[in-house]
Amino acid sequence: MNQHQASVLMRHEVGLHARPSVKLTKLAKAFESRIDLGLSPDGPWVDAKSIVKVMATKAPKDSTIYFRAEGSDAQAALEALVTLVDGDFQDGR
Amino acid sequence: MDDRARRAAHRIQGRSAAPGIALGALVLLSPVKHQARQDRSTGEEHQALVDALAASQQDLIVLAGEMKDPDAEAILAFQIAMLEDENLAAPAFARIETGEVANRAWHAAIDPEIASYEEASDPYFRARASDLRDLRDRVLRHLAGEADQTIPPGVIVAAEDMPPSMFLATDWRDGGLVLRRGSPSSHVAILARSRGVPMIVGVELDPVENGRDAVLDADAGLLIVDPDPDIRAAYGQRRAEQAELRQAAVSFVGPVLTAVGEAVQVMINVTGLAELGDIDPAGVDGIGLMRTEFLFQGREKLPTEEEQYQIYRRMVEWAAGKPVTIRTLDAGGDKPVAGLTQPGDLNPFLGVRGVRLSLRHREVFREQLRALLRAAVAGNLKVMIPMVTVPGELDGCRALLEQALEELRSEGVDARMPPLGMMVEVPAAALTIEDFAADFFSIGSNDLIQYVMAASRDEPQLADLARPSRAVFDLIGRVVGFADRSGREASLCGDLAGEPAQVAALLDRGLRIFSVAPGALGPVKAAIARYRGPS
Repeated sequence: MNQHQASVLMRHEVGLHARPSVKLTKLAKAFESRIDLGLSPDGPWVDAKSIVKVMATKAPKDSTIYFRAEGSDAQAALEALVTLVDGDFQDGR
Repeated sequence: MDDRARRAAHRIQGRSAAPGIALGALVLLSPVKHQARQDRSTGEEHQALVDALAASQQDLIVLAGEMKDPDAEAILAFQIAMLEDENLAAPAFARIETGEVANRAWHAAIDPEIASYEEASDPYFRARASDLRDLRDRVLRHLAGEADQTIPPGVIVAAEDMPPSMFLATDWRDGGLVLRRGSPSSHVAILARSRGVPMIVGVELDPVENGRDAVLDADAGLLIVDPDPDIRAAYGQRRAEQAELRQAAVSFVGPVLTAVGEAVQVMINVTGLAELGDIDPAGVDGIGLMRTEFLFQGREKLPTEEEQYQIYRRMVEWAAGKPVTIRTLDAGGDKPVAGLTQPGDLNPFLGVRGVRLSLRHREVFREQLRALLRAAVAGNLKVMIPMVTVPGELDGCRALLEQALEELRSEGVDARMPPLGMMVEVPAAALTIEDFAADFFSIGSNDLIQYVMAASRDEPQLADLARPSRAVFDLIGRVVGFADRSGREASLCGDLAGEPAQVAALLDRGLRIFSVAPGALGPVKAAIARYRGPS
């Protein structure tokens, strides 16, 4: 199956922090595809459905977040995740 | 007189994390014990951890359901999400398979996670170590078969650190919190501020004993153990006044006119976004003073331009067109900032503080000015400089502001020159107010009083002297009168503006803009509405 990739600049004030991470992993878990997250185009990759792993990247503000997904709904998953990050996690806080 | 009453009062200085006063017995929380239970099979240990994780998750879900504010909910949602993630406990289960007992295995799994957050350079990530310790200890308590430590209301809790979930499960009515660790940017501090629980951090707990009578002055970052009866009574009075003000605020919203129909503006003093959550912007005439010290205190690294910009912008957006006066960093004096203020200053209130400090740390000041210039695009933002003593200081700030504006424009960044005003708190400035090229004035009565009266506001024995006298009121009248004649605004943002008994005297001097703590809004508006003109 095809592997899809996407990236997005994260502007959230405090980085990939508790609230954003909760939202991101919840959204990732809504998809069947295997989804990885990384801070560079060649990884290292972590499971985007695991808040333990996502928080551990400690991605600061203004990092570019890379996603790669593999599975039946991979494209839709990437679009949703990019929209979430790009929309500042729909979260003013 | 019993033994306890005869002990000398012991004062321990910490840092304020949430303002307020509390009086009561000290309750010292002991850390969770982590004894290993013996003689269980691998299968039993495995099951014990499964059960403890499930029970912990259940606790948190119940707790989250009781929460009414988004901050609290989000903190618990984070802990629940961490627990739901099998990656968290996977290393613990692997260790159990090799013969480790459940609680040691759990420690071994989660302690490195905690350590990695403690080592993070970003203070927001570092503060998450406390959430993880909270999770760890909750699971350990379940493994040990212990119930949650319960805290009776009306006490001052002293602890190494406090997990957010314990904070949320505690009845804080009339209570307070004293921590050795923690910082004003921790989750618990955010919660304490939004719920009005007095809290200080960075407190040496060794001399603290369980059950001792104590006063917590979280306004000054001070814990007084075994206070003498006079001190206790004085603080009791202050606490009662604060409670009364909070109560009254609920019943008085909207714009206010004096009894003879003259409009008076009442604004609020704030330290951050968290406080604005409970306040309806329609009920205030703007933010008369945003203190930026909180953004700088209790952290390893100074806030970036971007971080400041986001906060200032959101305040301006919250005010929806009403003025938001942001005071540049007023560090020094009683407000130290690590890496910026000078430790061991012999006379800090007369030392390098406020604008004196900013002008000596141009890089830090420049970032703040850039953030303010950018946020000014979003609405009615004003910039105010603290501790201005001579006109040259204000002129210097204006030049720096203009220079920063040029830089931003040449970088193609949206920015706008805001009105630049000054705090009037040094007698020399009040006496020569005509010489200052300020767009507006705001009288800082706390410092003005202590400088005019030569009496520290932190010295209880001098409380009678450190009061507004005719000398102080004359200076206030002088500044307000000049502002009036020269078509500029003058407000008063010190504690004096929030004292209902002083409202008439201030109105007599011509003051028409008050800026007060949110809790004082109601009583001050009520006092203004009763005012019938000079007596």
